[in-house]
Amino acid sequence: MKIIIKTISILIILVGTLSMMSCGAPTASSNKGAISGNAAEKVYVAPGEHDSHYAFISGGFSGQLSVYGLPSGRLFRVIPVFSQDPEKGYGYSEETKPMLMTSHGFVPWGDSHHPDISQTNGSIDGRWIFINENNTPRVARISLKTFETEEIIEIPNSAGNHSSSFVTENSEYIVCGTRFAIPFPQRDMPIKDMKGEFKGALTFLNVDQNTGNMDIAFQLRMPGFNYDLAHPGRGKSHGWFFFSTYNTEEANTLLEVNASQNDKDFIAAINWQKIEEYIDRGAGKKMPARYAHNIWDDNKHTATSTMKREVLVIDPSEVPDAIYFLPIAKSPHGCDVDPTGEYIIGSGKLSASMTVHSFTKMLKAIEDKAFDGDAYGMPILKFDAVNYGLLNQPGLGPLHTEFDTRGNGYTTFFISSEVVKWNIENLEVLDRQPVYYSVGHLMIPGGNSRTPDDKYLVAMNKITKDRYLPTGPEVCQSAQLFDISGDKMNLLLDFPTIGEPHYAAGCAAELIKDKTTKIYRLEENEHKYGVKSESESKVVRKGREVHIYMTMIRSHFSPDNIEGVRVGDKVFFHVTNLEQDYDVPHGISMIGANTSELLVMPGRTATFTWEPKEVGIWPFYCTDFCSALHQEMQGYVRVSPRGSNVPISYTLDGDIPGE
Amino acid sequence: MKKSRVLMIIAAILLSALYILPLWKITLVAPQYPEPLGLNIHINRLSDGIQFNDVNNIDLLNHYIGMTHLPSIDNVRKGIIEPFKEFTYMPIIVALMILLGIVFGLIGKRNLYMTWIVILGLLGIIGIYDFSSWLQKYGHDLDPNAILKMTDPVTGEIMAYNPPIFGYKEMLNFQVYSYPAAGTYFIVAAAVLAFFAYILYKR
Repeated sequence: MKIIIKTISILIILVGTLSMMSCGAPTASSNKGAISGNAAEKVYVAPGEHDSHYAFISGGFSGQLSVYGLPSGRLFRVIPVFSQDPEKGYGYSEETKPMLMTSHGFVPWGDSHHPDISQTNGSIDGRWIFINENNTPRVARISLKTFETEEIIEIPNSAGNHSSSFVTENSEYIVCGTRFAIPFPQRDMPIKDMKGEFKGALTFLNVDQNTGNMDIAFQLRMPGFNYDLAHPGRGKSHGWFFFSTYNTEEANTLLEVNASQNDKDFIAAINWQKIEEYIDRGAGKKMPARYAHNIWDDNKHTATSTMKREVLVIDPSEVPDAIYFLPIAKSPHGCDVDPTGEYIIGSGKLSASMTVHSFTKMLKAIEDKAFDGDAYGMPILKFDAVNYGLLNQPGLGPLHTEFDTRGNGYTTFFISSEVVKWNIENLEVLDRQPVYYSVGHLMIPGGNSRTPDDKYLVAMNKITKDRYLPTGPEVCQSAQLFDISGDKMNLLLDFPTIGEPHYAAGCAAELIKDKTTKIYRLEENEHKYGVKSESESKVVRKGREVHIYMTMIRSHFSPDNIEGVRVGDKVFFHVTNLEQDYDVPHGISMIGANTSELLVMPGRTATFTWEPKEVGIWPFYCTDFCSALHQEMQGYVRVSPRGSNVPISYTLDGDIPGE
Repeated sequence: MKKSRVLMIIAAILLSALYILPLWKITLVAPQYPEPLGLNIHINRLSDGIQFNDVNNIDLLNHYIGMTHLPSIDNVRKGIIEPFKEFTYMPIIVALMILLGIVFGLIGKRNLYMTWIVILGLLGIIGIYDFSSWLQKYGHDLDPNAILKMTDPVTGEIMAYNPPIFGYKEMLNFQVYSYPAAGTYFIVAAAVLAFFAYILYKR
């Protein structure tokens, strides 16, 4: 009995002590971060007021590009780019389908990554925004007047178009790099024979400064490393492009181990101005290739897709003194150039320190031939000869750095989940703030330029966990806004985003907002099936095809009663919105059409097809609440049996339109 | 040439501004139109008062309440409305006034200057009367099949929509402002200048 009592009392003491100890263990920690008292005031944009900045945040695996306002974090628009968007009819309408054509046929989805705005004299100019697609290598150009995708070009001989679409300081080039080395050109071979056989294409797209149209200027056939990220030189380093590499081991399997063996990987420094000189003297050779080039015509309201057959390929051996390798701490990810163009920062994501190289020292090292061997014939510069210094132990897992104009860098740390502000010249950490959670890229408006804006910083996170109301296993993606105008960074706002907010570009609203298009002029409408007034609306049979030249204006379609359609016909609704007033779009959809609605802006023409399968009277209607009489905006199509002799007829209010 | 003659001739020539500038401007503000719609009335046409396509957009809204179409260039060309006859003869009258002013200036008689001012004033009064009667007719002559048929809550009669000739009026969801525009100021300036010619005339 005594023993039992003794045992029980010991147990009680033990349990008591343990539970007291557990009081000291972390429970739910406070995760308000660096939020300060007046944060709400700083992000409050009163109803009816405008935000001060645009933020163009990549939709990541949604394939799109989203437009947010800063500092409010409000979502304004999702611009469809690489994926179909039934809300807007993008990739469904006959006019926009060609935008998604590739050498692999129609691809309805893409993986958006790095948006970058066009530049003039090293500053963002607000003409176009470019964004790359990783999976089926492509680059898109979006107009910042219409906020519509105007062009998509496919990149041949490449796979995993990751180090893209960064813009040089006069928009001379947009670059693309290959993240997954592949045979170049493609061929059938054993995967294990990769080393030395696979290549990594670095592609330079030139940009027509009037139209914005892109074309492949040349492709560099580089060794089969993985080219991860890139940034252009600027100011003194204008004319150079820097690409980070990993897997210089050229491993083809279990890369998480086998590509993490070398102590140092490289930043490839490419002197594109020198390469241009070589090309002028005849370097490179045209090689067969297949890649789609899709261009939207803003007058014809129609995209055309052209398959191109040739590309200029340059072997590094043809351009000596144009390519050098800068050693960089293990497996770098980000490769960033500061606003002065002097410092090239490589974030070795598996290293304890960040590498800061000097452009001035790099030029001297090249002049002095301070080489440490070569890689496939290209000189490797001596680390000490190019290195400005190391930022030691700033955090765990450095990824990307953006800058202000006061000589500071802001770097994201994926593993320690924080943003660190540091002085580049002194290599000194000034501030660190936690982010929730696992930040990837960050964006300071004007980021990739000589003139970043010192006001805001947007951190884009990969994980949100408990940060928002839960929505089942799949929870929202998120960005966080910091005020960086003071000495310390201040967290102002969390806001959810679409897709994965992979990277972003931003600028002051003034650069864009007064130049945006409000309506498309009807008089400039050159659509093949467009009509300019109700009296021109009509229905025409061409064999088994029926073409409806339809108009829409508040609040009716013309014609709105159509007869003579037969089962088995292919009916084309070519619908023109006759409105010439701001923000009066109309939509249209038809019961049984195997496609999306159309959303037609004022002055635009768009087409969907319908193949009626059943006899009857089938209604169509306006899908966008356009006016007080939106509910009345509807019509009927009579479908007769195959072989019926009901003639084509069409009316509005009992009359043939225009008669 | 005498100073007064020069002034009289300049006064007459000032009227040629009417071939470009509007006489009157009607501005419409509504919740859906934070950037207002504007209708410019010229001696020979209607024009967009504030933004591109304002005339057609106002015309489009008017059909909800059954107003007749505006005698705009587009509507006349499409043949859905008769041309506004004032737009034909007002330019001729203005041309005659310019000619008359120049002739009077060349003759250089003091009383002729005053005569010109009086004619101009009379024409102005007739013009404003004509304009207001047009607005009256336009606001009352409504399509019996109108989509929106509103009755006046006080009188119980069918609501009319004549815009104000001068000043401000609330019409359904619109706040309507009607004021003279640059062309009218040129007429006033012409009259003032002719009056100076009359005063400065040296016998």
